Amino acid sequence: MIEVRGLHKRFGALQVLAGVDLTIRPGRITAVVGPNSAGKTTLIKTILGLTRSDAGVIRLDGREIDPAGRYREDVGYMPQIARFPDNLTAADLFRMMRDLRHGTRRDEELLDTLRLREHLDKPLRVLSGGTRQKVNAALAFLFAPSLIILDEPTAGLDPLSAGVVKDKVMAEREKGRTFILTTHVTSDLEELADDIAFLVDGRIRFSGAVTMLKRMTRQLSLERAIARVMEGDLAA
Amino acid sequence: MRTVVKIAGYGARDLLRSRWLLAYAGFFAVASFTLLRFSDGETKALLSLVNVVLLIVPLASVIFGTMYLYAAREFVELLLAQPIRRRQLFAGLFAGLSLPTVLAVVTGLLAPMVIMGVSRSGLAIAGWLAFVAAVLSIAFTAIAAAVAYFVDDRVRGLAAALGIWLLLAVVYDAAVLMAAVQLSDYPLERPLLAAMFANPIDLSRLLLLQQFDTAALLGYTGALFQRFLAGAAGGIVAVSALAAWIVLPTLAGARLFQRKDF
Repeated sequence: MIEVRGLHKRFGALQVLAGVDLTIRPGRITAVVGPNSAGKTTLIKTILGLTRSDAGVIRLDGREIDPAGRYREDVGYMPQIARFPDNLTAADLFRMMRDLRHGTRRDEELLDTLRLREHLDKPLRVLSGGTRQKVNAALAFLFAPSLIILDEPTAGLDPLSAGVVKDKVMAEREKGRTFILTTHVTSDLEELADDIAFLVDGRIRFSGAVTMLKRMTRQLSLERAIARVMEGDLAA
Repeated sequence: MRTVVKIAGYGARDLLRSRWLLAYAGFFAVASFTLLRFSDGETKALLSLVNVVLLIVPLASVIFGTMYLYAAREFVELLLAQPIRRRQLFAGLFAGLSLPTVLAVVTGLLAPMVIMGVSRSGLAIAGWLAFVAAVLSIAFTAIAAAVAYFVDDRVRGLAAALGIWLLLAVVYDAAVLMAAVQLSDYPLERPLLAAMFANPIDLSRLLLLQQFDTAALLGYTGALFQRFLAGAAGGIVAVSALAAWIVLPTLAGARLFQRKDF
């Protein structure tokens, strides 16, 4: 379980996170949603330690995350942008990530299902944007971590590959893994999200199960329910 | 330490396959070969190479370093999401960037000299030239790291890197010369010596020119520099000052990296 309490982050004059309180339940897919500049990526990056918070705590299974980053041994991350060193091959990249980890668990299923093996020996600069994004997806799952953070996981992927990644997410959720994802694609939310954390102006306006959100907004579709929250209407 | 070496190893593997680095090494090889082959004597060729190194190495290192680090921003985010410490990542990235650059310039400079059979005294000077080229490469890569992690915007960062090079390679000398002319009635030897030590390019030029017999042509100030640098204390101070030009920007870059929000 991940607990975020009183998280604040300011970039210059811009208060991006203004006291975020959030609980991510284990074994579920939590989608962090909200309008542009709501602080979604900053929240994710703060959980990962890429961004330093000004105040607040983040606890992973009851323990405050340590700045040395040992907790990241059990975390997978798929960033939104897939840019790698030009002259390394995909095989070099996978080898590098394996060298930086100590665990022995491996999950190379996406290398096959996303048909990445045929690209392993090519320099990363010659791979298309979509193929590089597939590499990112495979890296996030490679060490079979307990927590997987996906930032816009289907952006840039063709429908077939997006489907493969979504199937993988759901299959791993069934095995008890926890997911945090951000996406602007409503169909991805409908398909994947168990819980919604709705972030507006750096604060959580709603967090809870998708079914609860629909009930509170009296909407049948998640898209309309989210639209109601954006309008500030939580008629519970 | 093992983590640092691994990160540096993959960084070096990336750069050693880059066409840019090959072209960089090739440039120095062609310059070295052409000057040795067509100059009027070995000493003149080496003096010309000193000027090429002092101009090109800082410029190429600071611009390439800055561009590389901005381009690697998303990859650094991916690496930071792995179970490694920030200082390990910075050290690995920095070593993986600076060492291939050093290898390229040193190989490019020395290979033609070895092949063409330069005299023993010429090789001694070439050794100093390679040493200074290596130090300047690392120092200006460190400056690039400090710039890249201080300035978020890529274009402004590149402009700042270019500005620092322009300041140290061109403007600084002009300012020192103007000050020397304006204050010519005063004893300026010691302030000038201090001014030379405060600029890695000038300090490198001084160290290299001391290796040539032509150092005597530098006049009274040159004689003073030669006397200072020939002494054990002076030599230690000079090499320490050059080392400081590696250590201080590297520490600044590491500190900025440690605190940076990605």
